[in-house]
Amino acid sequence: MTEDQVKQIVIDIINEIAPDEDTSDLKDDVSLRDQMDLDSMDFLDIVMELRKQHGIEVPEEDYPQLASLESCGVYLTPKFNA
Amino acid sequence: MSSTPDTLDGKHFEVVIIGAGMAGLAAGIRVALAGKNVVVLERHNAPGGLNSFYSIEGRKYDVGLHAMTNYVPKGTKGTPLAKLLRQLRIPYDALDLCPQFGSRIAFPGCELKFSNEFALLEAEVAQTFPSQIEGFCALAEEVRALDAFNLGAIPTSARAAVQRHISDPLLEDMIFCPVMYYGSAEEHDMDYGQFAIMFRSLFFEGFARPFDGVRVIIRLLQKKFRELGGIRKMKCGVHSIHNKGGRATQLSLDNGAVITADKIISTAGAVETARLCSDQADDASADNIGQLSFTETITVLDKEPTDFGWDDTIIFFNTRERFYYGRCADDLVDPTSGVICFPNNYDYGDERKMDEGFLRITAMANHDKWCALEEDDYLAQKEHWYNELQKVALSILPMSKSNIEAHRLAKDMFTPRTVRKFTGHLNGAIYGAPNKIKDGRTHLDNLYLAGTDQGFLGIVGAMLSGISMANLHVLQEG
Repeated sequence: MTEDQVKQIVIDIINEIAPDEDTSDLKDDVSLRDQMDLDSMDFLDIVMELRKQHGIEVPEEDYPQLASLESCGVYLTPKFNA
Repeated sequence: MSSTPDTLDGKHFEVVIIGAGMAGLAAGIRVALAGKNVVVLERHNAPGGLNSFYSIEGRKYDVGLHAMTNYVPKGTKGTPLAKLLRQLRIPYDALDLCPQFGSRIAFPGCELKFSNEFALLEAEVAQTFPSQIEGFCALAEEVRALDAFNLGAIPTSARAAVQRHISDPLLEDMIFCPVMYYGSAEEHDMDYGQFAIMFRSLFFEGFARPFDGVRVIIRLLQKKFRELGGIRKMKCGVHSIHNKGGRATQLSLDNGAVITADKIISTAGAVETARLCSDQADDASADNIGQLSFTETITVLDKEPTDFGWDDTIIFFNTRERFYYGRCADDLVDPTSGVICFPNNYDYGDERKMDEGFLRITAMANHDKWCALEEDDYLAQKEHWYNELQKVALSILPMSKSNIEAHRLAKDMFTPRTVRKFTGHLNGAIYGAPNKIKDGRTHLDNLYLAGTDQGFLGIVGAMLSGISMANLHVLQEG
């Protein structure tokens, strides 16, 4: 799986979590927290969906790795390909 | 969904939630989102608890909800409503929130208008209380900055906090009247954190209502919960919670079934939940039973309230020299303060108009006195107090050219007896116990509280309570 595919998976999850948000022009390198007003509870939901839908575990100390779409791609792609 | 309650016998759930009100359903959605096997048990046959609905002769009535507080326009970030919708994954438009026309606080010889724009209230205070406006703005800033959702905060007096900024007791009382009526379980004073939550939800944010009332919200919650695979059982009360070694082990249901659970979230109330536990006395926690119960009259009219000259959405009134928010001790009803509400007076858009006019009047009432009445006397007292409350309301409302009697199609009234039946709260206490348990913990490791007695007030608060307790005690702990 490529980093772009993994980023799309994250975007799909954000669409589920925040149905009112427009995710069509999310910037790769800007923090999701700032672009989408996501708080720690929302990150909990992203992690929860990664576990439920894809069996990917993200330990709490790694949450900062999910800060932007770009960092999600870098951090999660090896997990998807493992 | 179609199985009968007795088929629950012997079943195990990862999470059992007691109560299908706003908090219980919201908690259920969070737990189901996490993929846990969850059941919501409700003793009554209707969902919603304190905020419910019913029909008589084809006419729809709401109980509880006058307005959804915390209204913000779509796209407003970082507010309780935005957080709530995201946590429940409900789109904003699904709530069909229609903003209020405008409301007011009416005291003898003095009134303050407010709307969903805080600037109106500020201007009203500046005009009516010129010497107080600086203090009022300072109070507003302090309330804005307060970390009111801090689960570890120590309760402090809201009266004392407000008096640091406001020296005129009339303005102080006028601020407290709506804030207390929309959520204080405590008499005369309240916790400053809770005050801040209510102040923001009423004045910084505001009021809105779905065209079809509270049922829109309850049905959304139920639908979401069901879609996620959650199970809901109505007419299925919990009789007792058994425990061993400081943990809840099993629940006995009213119908005799016994079920087990890893975790239990109870929205039944702090004292009510304690008394369900088999290791607690039947009269446990007697010092934390709420004392405040309400009555409400509903009058159905053959034309809109605006046709009578009544343009307000909600009026919080007081007719005494000092506002008294405390138990109604001497009589069945205390008509000297209360809330008047016109569900018609929201901006439903040009295409939608309610067929009939509704006038609702809420006031404090005495639970024990209402419950002690024999049936005949109960009905007679309902009639008497219905008329008394109409009189008070008409004295506060702008004079109408039409005679209200001639335009009345139907009426109904609920009393503390009704509240108790719907909510199961001891004393019919609308807002539950005076001392809230913000972290939701109980004397048992795996039994948690959510809802009214956890202490996030109002309808949005109730749902946020269910969400935060499910997050804290179920989702975050794995």
